[in-house]
Amino acid sequence: MIETHELTRHFKDVQAVRGIDLTVAPGELVALLGPNGAGKSTTLRMLTTLIPPTAGTARVAGHDVVGAQREVRRRIGYIGQGNGAAHSQRGRDELISQGRAYGMKVPAARRRAAELIDSLDLGEVADRTVSTLSGGQRRRLDIAMGLIHAPELLFLDEPSTGLDPQNRANLQRHIVELRERHGTTIVLTTHYLDEADAMAERVIVIDHGRIIADDTPARLKQEHVGDRIILGFAHEADAAAAAARVPHKAHRRGAELTISVPGAPRLVSGLLDDLRAAGLTPAEIEVRRATLDDVFLQLTGRSLREGGAERSTEDVHPDPALVEA
Amino acid sequence: MTSLVTDTRVVFSRELRPVLRNPFTVVFAMVQPLVFLGLFAPLLPDELGLQWFVPGIVVMSCLFGTSMTGSNLLFEIQTGSHERMLVTPLRRPALLIGRALKEIVPVVVQAAVIIAICLPFGLDVHLGGVLVGVLILAVFCLGLGSLSYTLALAAKNQEWLFWTVQQTLLFPLLLLAGMLLPIEAGPGWLRALARWNPLTYVVDAERALFNGDIWASTTVSGTLAALAVGAFGLFVGSRAMQRSA
Repeated sequence: MIETHELTRHFKDVQAVRGIDLTVAPGELVALLGPNGAGKSTTLRMLTTLIPPTAGTARVAGHDVVGAQREVRRRIGYIGQGNGAAHSQRGRDELISQGRAYGMKVPAARRRAAELIDSLDLGEVADRTVSTLSGGQRRRLDIAMGLIHAPELLFLDEPSTGLDPQNRANLQRHIVELRERHGTTIVLTTHYLDEADAMAERVIVIDHGRIIADDTPARLKQEHVGDRIILGFAHEADAAAAAARVPHKAHRRGAELTISVPGAPRLVSGLLDDLRAAGLTPAEIEVRRATLDDVFLQLTGRSLREGGAERSTEDVHPDPALVEA
Repeated sequence: MTSLVTDTRVVFSRELRPVLRNPFTVVFAMVQPLVFLGLFAPLLPDELGLQWFVPGIVVMSCLFGTSMTGSNLLFEIQTGSHERMLVTPLRRPALLIGRALKEIVPVVVQAAVIIAICLPFGLDVHLGGVLVGVLILAVFCLGLGSLSYTLALAAKNQEWLFWTVQQTLLFPLLLLAGMLLPIEAGPGWLRALARWNPLTYVVDAERALFNGDIWASTTVSGTLAALAVGAFGLFVGSRAMQRSA
């Protein structure tokens, strides 16, 4: 369904995407995971024909994203970071125009719009001006817009950014259902770790414009992290001394020491005895199962949460160079 | 297979829909020209009068509304719906032409409203001439609207840029077209500048046409000026839309 070769995009001096080779089979649900500016959105914008690659090639739904843009556009659905429906329009009107944009006749577009309004629970708000809708309602409308032509491949760029937990869960349910019912291939970008973990069978971790890992969430966690023991010390010096002492892979951040070791629950007791004997008694102890954030930390030495915490409106156009261009 | 015409029709009807849902928005856009009509026209010397002033006000009304139309696209760029349209199979030029064509609707409505308001005050219009005049104005506004959309595409997230350029150009264009006072009385340099303003020819044509002088040279020059602006606007706008991402 998607096949890229050395896909690359530069913005002036910024190398946003650096040679991505990616293959997505029909029916897959793939999450692109990475911090701000990792190149996720730029990759998505190339795959959806919004911007041409600087180098490399991409075939999407059987067609080249540069040579056959309209063929690609006809076959894909795209739900961007912003609102697909214009704020000055009514939801139902926008759905019908969207259907017509994909070549549907007015009656067919009208029927399809009604169907989606029903299935996405938009009945009460579909005939109101979009600007009066809540964030969650607008997002559901965006999903409906992206599905109007029942695309075989659907791209979602940060679909749940700005939604409250309830609306996020709701949205995730819609996406999973879509795939179960229609076998739609789905590619989404996200910086929510739990979202990638819960929904995708395949997580592609992107950092600095490159793919640094590509596997199921379970295997990523198993291979790259395993279990961990997290020790909080009163002083940084103690943490540093403990890091030197433990015979396992350890990562210190301030007075906190993270020890990655398989079978952590069994080892923790002996480890503590050893540290105590050296006069290094931790103030806090935690044994943790791996998360995707840990995978990312392991792969890059940085936490995804740190980068992910400060998301704001600038994310609508994640590349400053793109905004200027 | 959809064609450019069907694509344009889809964009046109989408763009027109909010206007049809809420027709008063067109009238709101006319407030400023109506203020000029009510508070400026009485100050004019007798030899000018309504017959001279009203055609200019019709053009002014269309100029104000059409030059601002890019702000709708600007808002859609900022909220994300423009991006959504770019990913549909609609041909890029259709995204511009459909929007620009919609400008003709408020042009017709505004001309009709202004004429209707002025008829009781002694405005004497020649129907055939007015129809030709509105047609010329529509072509001009097609181009002007396209240029306004081009400005929006260039400004993207910098809303101030759009409004600065629009406001900076609006009044010189308007004054140099002799819309409020005749250019003929002005100094030579100002008359020379006015000759380079395509709007001057449109305003002159409208004045003659409202009086019924359809077969006048002003009609030809006005038509040519409108066609030039229309073609230039569509060309520049389609290119800008083609490159939009």
